[in-house]
Amino acid sequence: MRLRTYSAAFGGLLLRDARVLVRESVPFVLRTVMNPLLFVFVFAYVFPTIGQGLRAPQGVSFATVIVPGLVAVAIVFQGISAVALPLVHEFGGTREIEDRVMAPLPVAAVAAEKVVFGAMQSVVAALLVFPLTYLVPAGDVAVRLDNWPLLLLVIVLASLTAGSLGLFVGTVVRPQQVQLIFSILVIPITFLGCVYYPWASLDAIPWLRVAVLVNPLVYMSEGLRAALTPDVPSMPAWAFLGAITIALAALSFLGIRSFTRRVQS
Amino acid sequence: MIDGAVTVRALEKVYPRGRVKAVDGVDLDVARGELFGLLGPNGAGKTTTVGICTTRVLPTGGSVVVEGIDVTVDPAAVRECIGVVTQYNTLDRACTVWENVYFHCRFFTMGRRAAKGRAEELLEQFRLTERAGSMPDELSGGMAQRLQVARAIAHRPRVLFLDEPTAGLDPQSRIALWDIVGGLRREGITVVLTTHYMEEAQRLCDRVAIIDRGRILVCDTPTALVRDLDEGRVVELSLDRLDGRLLDRLRRVDGVAAAESDGRGGVRIRTTGADGRVLAALVEVAHPCGVRDVSIGEPSLETVFIALTGRDLRE
Repeated sequence: MRLRTYSAAFGGLLLRDARVLVRESVPFVLRTVMNPLLFVFVFAYVFPTIGQGLRAPQGVSFATVIVPGLVAVAIVFQGISAVALPLVHEFGGTREIEDRVMAPLPVAAVAAEKVVFGAMQSVVAALLVFPLTYLVPAGDVAVRLDNWPLLLLVIVLASLTAGSLGLFVGTVVRPQQVQLIFSILVIPITFLGCVYYPWASLDAIPWLRVAVLVNPLVYMSEGLRAALTPDVPSMPAWAFLGAITIALAALSFLGIRSFTRRVQS
Repeated sequence: MIDGAVTVRALEKVYPRGRVKAVDGVDLDVARGELFGLLGPNGAGKTTTVGICTTRVLPTGGSVVVEGIDVTVDPAAVRECIGVVTQYNTLDRACTVWENVYFHCRFFTMGRRAAKGRAEELLEQFRLTERAGSMPDELSGGMAQRLQVARAIAHRPRVLFLDEPTAGLDPQSRIALWDIVGGLRREGITVVLTTHYMEEAQRLCDRVAIIDRGRILVCDTPTALVRDLDEGRVVELSLDRLDGRLLDRLRRVDGVAAAESDGRGGVRIRTTGADGRVLAALVEVAHPCGVRDVSIGEPSLETVFIALTGRDLRE
């Protein structure tokens, strides 16, 4: 009986978020595809066509290297833009979160709903970005979709992790600090997230190879690399799956705790 | 009185970084169907008390039972049977007026059709139908507040908590909201209202509790509170000039309970009885200061409030 109330309330929250997303679907698509589209267009279409090349290791094209990376960035970016930014607004600006937590389910479940819905948007973002990275480049893109279970597992884990990251960031950042989210979080984790280069290539810079391991995006990029472009070297599966799982557990714990503390004094 | 709508016992709250007790041993019993007012100056502990009753603040001592459920044991179940309107506009800015009520119903487990019907019914009842498709930011303060009340009662709660519902509203919107609150009471919903508008409390509430510095000072019907203060009246004298010693001389007049400056060059005197001779004596004593006007008022809840909580400005 109780569980039925909780799940109905949880479903109601998802329904509300879905309604808002549908109304804002054009901005959603634009913010999701613009960056990767331009990136692929310039670096994987314009550059090879004008002869200004970017080299990639082991004879694969640069276009192939960035397919998993850009999909991973799209997933993480949704965690920030679909979960963290609205939360900062709802907590600090309008305080409408105070009404949402009056729904008849545990406060932690209200936080979890944010993560789940953010993850759903991440999955959609991944599905939007993937065809771009495949279709736009001038040369061959060596994508081989022969490990579906791994691909699905990585996408689901990565999307939930991105949602948890968004929950945590959204509960600790004040409205005046929103710009900082991009300059001190999104940009560094993107550039140092093995998005534009495989982790194995960092052999040449040993300290960086170790330092980037604190970045959860590294494991998402590498996981998608293993699932999508097996010709490019990637981390072993136990490493990226284990690390994403740990990141998911830590970020969801911290995010839910921080959320609960902010709504219950 | 466990059978009541809200039972508060020895409630205490110390905020993590606070040194004082925001709520310090509050006991309250709100009966079913009652319209109960919690009055107090800013920072008295009203909002914290309501926050604990509505599961948004965790108590550090004591207990609150709402409709038979302890708020710390099963907060989600308490939320099912209460409606809350907070001090702030917490309307969902990303949803239309209609969607605000509709999704609220969905959060409270109503099906699609039931939620749709309820939303339409409430918008009609609260005269918001024409604005159904508007976004909350396009509403006036009064409309937004009506929508907040409509949303709060959409799932048919048994107890409705209104935290300073008329703060910042224009007089027309305030009167409209009073009508709404009176109507809810006739429907049998228990209403707990915090306010610092005395007129509001006196006009609406069956009983009021006056709270200050985290403690309940008195709790009774507005009429009884005014009666118990004493049998006296309030006499206000407008003067040409206020002599420093006048207050002392007035206080020595038989039948005067208190005399103080009204801050506008006149004096306000509280008498212990309704004896006409006191008035004559007061005018006589004040005569050298040039009495321009005399007004006699029945003591109101405001008199009780000021007598209990003092005149100091609060943060």
